[in-house]
Amino acid sequence: MADEKAAGKQAANAPVADKREAGQSGETVLSVKGLKKRIGRKMIIHDVSFDVRAGEVFGFLGPNGSGKTTTIRMLTSLIRPTEGEVRICGDDLVRHPERALRHIGSIVENPEMYDFMTGWENLEHFARMQPGITRERIAEVTEIVGLAQRIHDKVKTYSLGMRQRLGIAQALLNRPKLLILDEPTNGLDPLGIKELRAFIRRLADEGMALFISSHLLSEIQLMCDRVAIIARGRVIAVGKVDELVAQADTYTLWKLDDPVSGRKLLAQNPDIRIVGEHEHRIDDAVLAALPGAIVTVMDEGRIPAAVSRLTAAGIGIMAVQRVSPTLEELFLKLTEAETIG
Amino acid sequence: MAEMLALVHNEVIKIWKKKRFLLIVLTLLILIPVFVYAQYKITQNSLEKFQGDWRAELQTRITDLTRSLGSDRIPEEWKRWRRAMVQQLQYYLDHDINPNTPNAVTFTRGFMENAVSMFIPLMVVAVASDLVSGERSSGTIKMLLSRPVRRWRILASKLIALTLYVSLIIVTTAVLCYLISGLVFGYEGWTEPIFTGFRVSGADVDTSMVHAVPQYAFLLMQAGLIWCAMMCVAILGLMVSVLVRSTAASFVTMMAAVISGSILVNMASSWQSAKYLFNVNLGLTTYLQGTPPPIEGMTLGFSLAVLGIWSLAGLIVAFVTFTRQDIFN
Repeated sequence: MADEKAAGKQAANAPVADKREAGQSGETVLSVKGLKKRIGRKMIIHDVSFDVRAGEVFGFLGPNGSGKTTTIRMLTSLIRPTEGEVRICGDDLVRHPERALRHIGSIVENPEMYDFMTGWENLEHFARMQPGITRERIAEVTEIVGLAQRIHDKVKTYSLGMRQRLGIAQALLNRPKLLILDEPTNGLDPLGIKELRAFIRRLADEGMALFISSHLLSEIQLMCDRVAIIARGRVIAVGKVDELVAQADTYTLWKLDDPVSGRKLLAQNPDIRIVGEHEHRIDDAVLAALPGAIVTVMDEGRIPAAVSRLTAAGIGIMAVQRVSPTLEELFLKLTEAETIG
Repeated sequence: MAEMLALVHNEVIKIWKKKRFLLIVLTLLILIPVFVYAQYKITQNSLEKFQGDWRAELQTRITDLTRSLGSDRIPEEWKRWRRAMVQQLQYYLDHDINPNTPNAVTFTRGFMENAVSMFIPLMVVAVASDLVSGERSSGTIKMLLSRPVRRWRILASKLIALTLYVSLIIVTTAVLCYLISGLVFGYEGWTEPIFTGFRVSGADVDTSMVHAVPQYAFLLMQAGLIWCAMMCVAILGLMVSVLVRSTAASFVTMMAAVISGSILVNMASSWQSAKYLFNVNLGLTTYLQGTPPPIEGMTLGFSLAVLGIWSLAGLIVAFVTFTRQDIFN
């Protein structure tokens, strides 16, 4: 426990990293080895391997069509792997799905429930499918996701956010060791996303392992401790989120009152690289807030010196902003490294 | 076992909550009075004509049928059927028993006889074709199959629930029929005798096995045979529901099969091998009444065997597909 606290402090500058090291000592809950899926002649999942430990939030990052959903469906026994092994708490998923699935709660894509029944009836339905789930437990998960008010209404009257909550309630029924959420923030409003993030962190702190897929790097950065990155059916990297993100360049954006001479001044410094307009892939939403900003790549530590030089030269600084690389850039970096290596 | 019971419980509730059965009851409540009224009109007519003398009525029918046998315009297979009818009616007349006493039980018997070819299959298919495809089109199949239950158990629970509903549909049809028609025809007739055991061989009706049974016994046997035929329809409906992703497509496929069967029955006497199709064998109750089968050489045992083999094949296809299938969307 003391180790955990120390680790938490160390990473304190990154706001989401409070429990980052917590998973290190946790047992392996999900172990995936050499997972492959062939459909017809086409290999759609080539070779996917990773471990997820108790108490960690594990991200599964990849663009649409990269094989994320297929992999998740193999983890939930909806698709049978062509090759490879999935073990959940030691139980083989392919050979003994009825045992392995007991440790899992999952929402695959949208939380689709029977909309002609009430939320409560839906939970009862899924409770009957596994042993030892009492009425009290159903009431408890209803409380946990904050759906007690509407639980006896028909699901067809629920909003998307409420369906999501019901889906999570369903997934929590059997007190799973591993919770699998496929693109959980889809369709949620910003407040809902924030709540979900806090909720996921709480579950991890209680010792649950969470497996969360997304196509947004920022989301994974905010939520996850470790991440596996998948592209074209292959896992191209597994590791701590920070370490992976550090492999791609973080941008520093400068908004100056005299951009022309400012640019010249910055370019004189050999430690600063100016990035051309078409060479970066920063999100338009970020650029919209800083029109005409100069995009550079530089060490964080060199920013104060650069600021004083600009000020000394009489150039006014309106804003300096650090921007994380996008998923595409990270991909490029990672695949580059792969081909070189 | 307890686990299976819980799964069946789930399936029964889902079918119920989807209001499938309510729809069936409503349809029956609308349709049965229509037929009761039609039957009432027929009874009124013959009452006017024969002043309640059923022997005279029967005699007239026999004479009419015999006369039509001489006509060249009537196809041979129709004549075969009419010849058998004449002999049967004569048998009733000889034994001084009225085959069509107007009462609720007789009406129910007649209604069930006619409903077995289309109407009851329609209701069965309405339930069966939605069982798996409904879960697929709504996406709930992902939740259902990622729970710690083996897939064959899930399909088995659906099959058991379906069996319960098939039984319920047949019983409900008979009961509603009896209750509604009784308002008009009176609730008697349970113990009226009716002949069964006519055997059609070639052009002749063999009456050596004929014996009288009370109508309630006849109705029970009829319901049993209808149940067997409908279980075959239900199983094949379940199979199509596993194979086809949309409920509408699976419903249409199954109904097309049933309807083409009832058309084939009327015209297939020259196409011998059609007797191996399941949909030609659904009219099991005709063997009970002793009307000639649609195709020469078909017997009750034969039809049951054909339905049994089709059901078994349907079950194998359904279970193998369902347990292996990858769920992509």
